[in-house]
Amino acid sequence: MRYARPNTPGAKISYESRYDNFIGGEFVAPVKGRYFENPSPVTGQTFCEVARSDEADIELALNAAHGAKDRWGKTPAAERARLLNKVADVMEAHLEELAVSETWDNGKPIRETLAADLPLAIDHFRYFAGCIRAEEGTLAELDEHTVSYHLKEPLGVVGQIIPWNFPLLMAAWKLAPALAAGNCVVLKPAEQTPATILLWAKLIGSILPPGVVNIVNGFGFEAGKPLAQSPRVAKVAFTGETTTGRLIMQYASENIIPVTLELGGKSPNLFFADILDHDDDFRQKALEGFAMFALNQGEVCTCPSRALVDKKIYGSFLELATERTRRIVQGDPLDTGTMIGAQASNDQLEKILSYIDIGKKEGARVRTGGERVRLGDGLENGYYVAPTIFEGHNKMRIFQEEIFGPVVSVASFDGFDDAIAQANDTLYGLGAGVWTRDVHTAFRAGRNIAAGRVWTNCYHLYPAHAAFGGYKQSGIGRETHRMMLNHYQQTKNLLVSYDPKPMGFF
Amino acid sequence: MTESPPAISATPAALALIAALEQQHGPLMFHQSGGCCDGSAPMCYPAGEFKIGARDVLLGQVGGAPFYIGGDQYERWRHTRLTLDVVRGRGSGFSLEAPEGVRFLIRSDVCAV
Repeated sequence: MRYARPNTPGAKISYESRYDNFIGGEFVAPVKGRYFENPSPVTGQTFCEVARSDEADIELALNAAHGAKDRWGKTPAAERARLLNKVADVMEAHLEELAVSETWDNGKPIRETLAADLPLAIDHFRYFAGCIRAEEGTLAELDEHTVSYHLKEPLGVVGQIIPWNFPLLMAAWKLAPALAAGNCVVLKPAEQTPATILLWAKLIGSILPPGVVNIVNGFGFEAGKPLAQSPRVAKVAFTGETTTGRLIMQYASENIIPVTLELGGKSPNLFFADILDHDDDFRQKALEGFAMFALNQGEVCTCPSRALVDKKIYGSFLELATERTRRIVQGDPLDTGTMIGAQASNDQLEKILSYIDIGKKEGARVRTGGERVRLGDGLENGYYVAPTIFEGHNKMRIFQEEIFGPVVSVASFDGFDDAIAQANDTLYGLGAGVWTRDVHTAFRAGRNIAAGRVWTNCYHLYPAHAAFGGYKQSGIGRETHRMMLNHYQQTKNLLVSYDPKPMGFF
Repeated sequence: MTESPPAISATPAALALIAALEQQHGPLMFHQSGGCCDGSAPMCYPAGEFKIGARDVLLGQVGGAPFYIGGDQYERWRHTRLTLDVVRGRGSGFSLEAPEGVRFLIRSDVCAV
């Protein structure tokens, strides 16, 4: 089945020609009246204009957020949870529309937005609605008359800067815990993918009190910087890359506020020899695990873009894996049969091609793919790259830098120690995969790989109830899981004496 | 240190963009990013905007602007020679060229040993 393109007959959604910022519960034109064009990577053509904001717009959003924060922070958890559940219900009722929009804005296949992006985003609001209901402080009896209470308080107003690879889901990851914990948010979407969250704001705008969520669009330097640098935010959360991550920390240091940073990785996917011991479901599952590098066109911070294969099975495994990769269906992202869609932007496409180029120059061998794909039917100018397998060694640039495309670099390892050494020979430590039939190998490998998440005999699962975040240069802090509430809360300690007698010191 | 860093150079299109951005923003600087999303891409800022750390490596100058890379990343990139180019595109981090509808891009060659 193929969904009709937005703004055509039979389409699930029609975009307006222009979108403003969402501030204080209303859509507000940017102060300077400027807009930027938003192209769809599916066709390369502009489909709407979006507010090009700057510091003045950020200030308006901060005013709205500060106006709302005291009341929202004191709103009972049961009521905040009720509203978050309502947000989830409305998203669910409009799942197809939001999925089509996400596909159109980002280029990812509709089967992913229908089955993953939207259901996971919806569940995230429900998960944190549940968590906040169960949240408790602690108390300690210090002596017969003295009690120490630990109460959780919201931080106040927080800034969140969202990436373009899972625009709505990454917004949900940041919004749900922040709102559940009682914070108000000023959120800046990525300028590549601003559309769906604005449709979302239209849908849920009347559920949350005005000013609780504010969305300001624009470019990083013009709108992101004044948000990250503002003394009126109590925390900044950012997903992106290392140089901007350092810049965000630098700005945060000016105001002495915390940051959470998710800065990507170069995730190793380890295939031990025993996976081929039997021709069974598990063998197929492991091959699927290899092909996961193509999920979301490789535009995933945890893309398993380094496959490390036991040398005992290297040739036979790679033959099967190549065959599996060649079966990946590339096509119109709005077709439910499409498995890989378009890269999110032209510069992203160009960057991937530049990495394919340096891979070849360094002597890596292209096993399959390695080129831009020109699709027909109006998709000629979309940004499509063939799923690509490189063979090489771990010191090559294509093994060391996240290409953020459907490109996997494959090397062999000789024994367990070599596998771990290669897996850890990277600046990053966000995700990793381990595939083996042996529980001892699986556990040992999982503990020895320096990464925040080690998928074991699975990959690319993102449940709300599992902590996600990086070791090494992959960032600071965690996302998802109820521990995320801590990232959006202060601890208030009330140290109370119930003893009427003086201490006797003075 | 006896070994000199690999050279960074710039295409005419990149030099023209640097000149145009300099007109708007004054003197510039570059820092090569790593990691995901817009990682592996060069970031352009007003000079002094980004605090250069003790372990950052100065690769050279492009159009009069210094171009830096993180020390750890330099160790993994030092066998390649970089060329700053520019392509049509949309935004990236806080890099200055985003509103122009273009994006700086790094192209690489392997250094002759």
